[in-house]
Amino acid sequence: MSGFLAVLGREVRLALRHPADTLAAVLFFVLVCALFPFGIGPSPEILARIAPGALLAAALLAALLPLDRLFGAEAEDGSLDQLLLSGLPPSALAGAKALGHWVVTGLPLLLATPIAAAMLNLPVEAWGTAALALGLATGVLSLFGAAGAALTLGARRGGVLLPLLVLPLSIPAVIFGAAAIEAAAGGISPRPYLLLLGALLAIAAPMAPLAAGAALRGD
Amino acid sequence: MFSCAAAGWGEFGVLEARDLACWRGDRAIFAGLSFQLEAGGALLLLGANGAGKSSLLRLLAGLIPPAEGALLWDGADALADRVAHAARLRYLSHQDALKPSLTARENLLFYSRLWGGDVAGALEAVDLTDLAELPARILSSGQKRRLALARLALAPARLWLLDEPTVGLDAASVARLGGLLAAHRAAGGAVIAATHLPLPLPGARELAL
Repeated sequence: MSGFLAVLGREVRLALRHPADTLAAVLFFVLVCALFPFGIGPSPEILARIAPGALLAAALLAALLPLDRLFGAEAEDGSLDQLLLSGLPPSALAGAKALGHWVVTGLPLLLATPIAAAMLNLPVEAWGTAALALGLATGVLSLFGAAGAALTLGARRGGVLLPLLVLPLSIPAVIFGAAAIEAAAGGISPRPYLLLLGALLAIAAPMAPLAAGAALRGD
Repeated sequence: MFSCAAAGWGEFGVLEARDLACWRGDRAIFAGLSFQLEAGGALLLLGANGAGKSSLLRLLAGLIPPAEGALLWDGADALADRVAHAARLRYLSHQDALKPSLTARENLLFYSRLWGGDVAGALEAVDLTDLAELPARILSSGQKRRLALARLALAPARLWLLDEPTVGLDAASVARLGGLLAAHRAAGGAVIAATHLPLPLPGARELAL
């Protein structure tokens, strides 16, 4: 457990030293959301109609940005070998890296949700649900993304391969997340959709690190 | 420096390689490699570039599986439980594995949280105490190498696998490494080092690849 926390703490410390990476993801998220009013026109009804799906898609794409560096940067400077020999099981290492990715990318995206939601004219009463749905969906992406990053590590064009691998796996998260926000905007309880999203996270939480760990060990 | 008893190692028997082979693609880098290494022993890996010294060290660390043969630790398969195998070794790769934005102390602090050990003592052992608060990116290549070596001094492990440990080091640093190696072997640790440069490892056996 202390090894897990050590890796997580190191992720956060490194992110604080390089705030530009986190900032880039957040700005990407906000800018993609800002493109929709320009493309579709400022009609409030249409914007509010597409807001749930647009928020989810933009957030997942933004969270995908730093993923190919998750293990790539470690492999380049030799740290990955040391991490694999740290005495931490590879799956625990992958779990810590996935959680680290969520803390330094997913969490800051949540803080930017009100800005993005306002630009998409999402009703204020749905903002809380939007943050919750985005939090769960980016968590799912961090987990699948860590597995994808481990699998594509060392592959030529890994950066291109990674989204092709991870985004299809994230489709259920987009469906349930958007449905939850839409329900909240329409005045219905988003609870069932959020629970489904939570179930998805509960499945990914043990499975993805195991897959990533196996890929890192080279089995 | 540290004793066998203090490290809680108990009896350390023998590391034995039996007919190890390593393949890259469809080409054998080496095959039929066998050796034994006992507590306090040292083995120098010699060979031309591409002879497979680094591959052998990675194989011994459990980072790549052997294509053939077995690696035994005290008579039992060493690679059956790779996490346990990792816990008894330190691997110094040809890369320094430092995070450039973290200070020298922070780089070591992370590993001390994993393995335990005294960061200040390890920095002292490689004479980097004065530079402890500098980010690793502004250290010279020799200083970076010393910081990577400080990981060895952090917490004891029974087997050190060193890939070109003295690259970029000045004479004083090589002598300091000699002291570390001697203390490690006196405490019952074993060393396997790949090198092209003379290493302060008296009595080391040589293995040509």
